Amino acid sequence: MKLRQLSLFLENRPGALRLPCQVLGAAGIDILSLSLADTQQFGILRLIVKEEERARKVLEEAGCVVRITDVLAVEVPDRAGGMADMLGVFEGSGLSIEYLYPLVAGHRGRTAVLLLRVEDPERAAALLTGRQVRVLSREEAFEAVGA
Amino acid sequence: MSTRDESRRFHPVSAPDFVPAEQLRGLQLERLQRIVRRAFERVPLFRSRCQERQLTPADLKALDDLARFPFTLKTDLRDTYPFGLFASPMEEIVRLHASSGTTGKPTVVAYTQGDLDVWTEVMVRSFAACGLHRGDVVQNAYGYGLFTGGLGAHYGAEALGATVIPISGGNTDRQIMVLQDFAVTAICCTPSYFLHLTERAKEMGSDFSRLRAGIFGAEPWSEAMRRRIEADTGVKAYDIYGLSEIIGPGVGVECFAQSGLHVFEDHFYPEVVDPATGQVLPDGAEGELVLTTLSKDAMPMIRYRTRDVTALIPEPCACGRTIRRIRRIGRRSDDMFIIRGVNVFPSQVETALLAVEGTLPHYQIVLSREKGLDEMEVKVEVTPEVFSDQVRALESLQHKLTQSLDHTLGIRARVTLVGPRTIQRSEGKAQRIIDQRQI
Repeated sequence: MKLRQLSLFLENRPGALRLPCQVLGAAGIDILSLSLADTQQFGILRLIVKEEERARKVLEEAGCVVRITDVLAVEVPDRAGGMADMLGVFEGSGLSIEYLYPLVAGHRGRTAVLLLRVEDPERAAALLTGRQVRVLSREEAFEAVGA
Repeated sequence: MSTRDESRRFHPVSAPDFVPAEQLRGLQLERLQRIVRRAFERVPLFRSRCQERQLTPADLKALDDLARFPFTLKTDLRDTYPFGLFASPMEEIVRLHASSGTTGKPTVVAYTQGDLDVWTEVMVRSFAACGLHRGDVVQNAYGYGLFTGGLGAHYGAEALGATVIPISGGNTDRQIMVLQDFAVTAICCTPSYFLHLTERAKEMGSDFSRLRAGIFGAEPWSEAMRRRIEADTGVKAYDIYGLSEIIGPGVGVECFAQSGLHVFEDHFYPEVVDPATGQVLPDGAEGELVLTTLSKDAMPMIRYRTRDVTALIPEPCACGRTIRRIRRIGRRSDDMFIIRGVNVFPSQVETALLAVEGTLPHYQIVLSREKGLDEMEVKVEVTPEVFSDQVRALESLQHKLTQSLDHTLGIRARVTLVGPRTIQRSEGKAQRIIDQRQI
């Protein structure tokens, strides 16, 4: 039910984003999705790759600070109001979404897949499936992104 | 502008600056014997150190004998915090000042009324050496409070008979208004703050044409900075030296010749030693300045290691003063740095960082100067232990580190998180301080 996301610390300076991408490229690791959080001083790069442990190893060897956290891959119908409906599941649950970004952006009628970072992924997954929102397994998620 | 050079006018308070050298040495020995005896009788730390060397005050027969006596270190003030080096009972102590120490505890210094009189006397002689006199309007922009700068300059200028404006530090626009409207003729502040004042005054279109002299201290500054101040403003810029452990400002000052600082040797006996071996060096040789207070009762300092690097200038000065000069102080023999008048050791920064959860052993201090004010940035390497995928967690870490530094040092620092192994290491040792201040 969960995907393992890699987070990297980035300094706010030119070239900081390129280094980890080069390292992964050299190791033949494809980036399936990413999101970049930036502040005035630093950034956090979040990555989804297939071989998380190998990616972590090569990145750490290259001097990056890496943290692995669980995220949920959630299907959202590609229609107006689809996302609002999915978010409605969390209303009144006390669970809050820390951040989210797409794994697959829906286009030409395809279903979109969003990655959700929540405090309690187990509870969130149970809540979503209970309301007929599909939470993808790791394999299903990779398949959805064509990897 | 007056045709007479005001700065060369002789002031009667300066008479002790001109006594024949032989007479001065006699006075120094007499005072030294008294103060060493006082410290021996009243300060247990000093007595036990003398006894370890089988020394008694009777062994001090000539000035050179002082070299046999033990040093006093800044750590001694910390180790005996707060009052352990006092030689007077509290009933006789009329003032305490304090400056920051190595562990977040300040170092405390004490004064009897007699000590305050000595301090005022050396400050009067300092101002007189800078050509100030009755009729001058002195804006005292040193901070008033536990810091010795404000009150030291205040009482000195008042005793000189000058008109004192006790404006203290900060509030630049008000400083400029007062400088102009009150026809100020002399200002006391840090040289970097004065530069800031002049830049701001230009923007405001203010004019300090009456300002003649600046008595600048509490931080190291260079000859280049003096030239810039004097060329930009027409103000004669004098360097004043002091430290709270000895008395505060007024240990030494420049005269109109601006060629080294005259030490008020009748109250503060200077030696220059090799910082590594502690051996006394001959006049002219560069080393660490060691000072002994000759007439301070509440807290005699015997051979205090200032960590300031200088040399004694034996040649007579153009002004005719017989008291010796020291070269302007440009650096220190330890890693302490001074920021906004506050003494900071890298170890304090380390303590403050380590007080926050997780271990962050890799850091670097970057000092810069923005708008005439010292800025301190602390770069901290992010480790896997403290790293989070959430922005607010890292911002909260930054905030906690800032708070901890503020709490320990009493100054606001900017904390920047940097990647691992990005701080330069030379021979495996991190370079802790980058000082980018142009001084």
